[in-house]
Amino acid sequence: MTHLPYVVAAYALGVLVPASFGVAAFVRMRAAARRLAAIDPRAKRPEPGPRRG
Amino acid sequence: MTSLGLIWGLFFVPADWQQGDAVRIMYVHVPSAWLASAGYLGLAVCSVLSLVWRHPLADLAAVEIGPVGAAFTGLCLLTGSIWGKPMWGAWWVWDARLTSVLVLFFLYLGHIALVRAFDNPERGYRSGAILALIGVVNLPIIKFSVDWWNTLHQPDTITLTGAPTMYVGMLWPLLLSALGYTLVFAAIVVARTRAAVMERRIRALLMMWAEETVA
Repeated sequence: MTHLPYVVAAYALGVLVPASFGVAAFVRMRAAARRLAAIDPRAKRPEPGPRRG
Repeated sequence: MTSLGLIWGLFFVPADWQQGDAVRIMYVHVPSAWLASAGYLGLAVCSVLSLVWRHPLADLAAVEIGPVGAAFTGLCLLTGSIWGKPMWGAWWVWDARLTSVLVLFFLYLGHIALVRAFDNPERGYRSGAILALIGVVNLPIIKFSVDWWNTLHQPDTITLTGAPTMYVGMLWPLLLSALGYTLVFAAIVVARTRAAVMERRIRALLMMWAEETVA
């Protein structure tokens, strides 16, 4: 393959930049959801009730 | 979808007869360039919604689009530079297309700085929205720079009005990669905006409790 170092560098950036932003956004969202659930009872999901029948 | 497009472009597309394998950089560079402009258009739409209808979600979305758009513009500039070195013999040239995309990058950075520069967030949102709308003038300059000026950067090979001037075997992985990157961009912005909405609610609850405690 010609120009291999250039191609590898471009693909590495093309994977790392969106992946790092995606992971950071997901972690931030999870942390915010956990904090909100801890202080606001309405943010918690209702516990599943006992099954009938 | 992004992975599929990138793998297809990296291993299964034939090398270009002039550029060799360096043409494979296109599958990262072109989607990031499209998203740099599309992201700024999204920022401008949010700014209109913010200024005209004072929609609070538009303010938060604009704040969250900024860093993601800047990252994709940076990615476009870096991959373009990496592609330019073996093809043009230079990492950077002051070409109209490259320069206008660099201006777009600075507009994103300016927006990021401006919305966070005020103690009163509402003033930051308004100022950022005005800056974003002024910066929209740069989008047609980016688009038509390769037609208006003699540029080292090649003209568009894919347009909305004409048939693509690209071998179809290279076109499909490019479209797949672009669609994948678009979904990634949208998912990141949605996740960041959701987090920002929850963080705002946390702040409001804490403020309310603090005021109740004082009272």
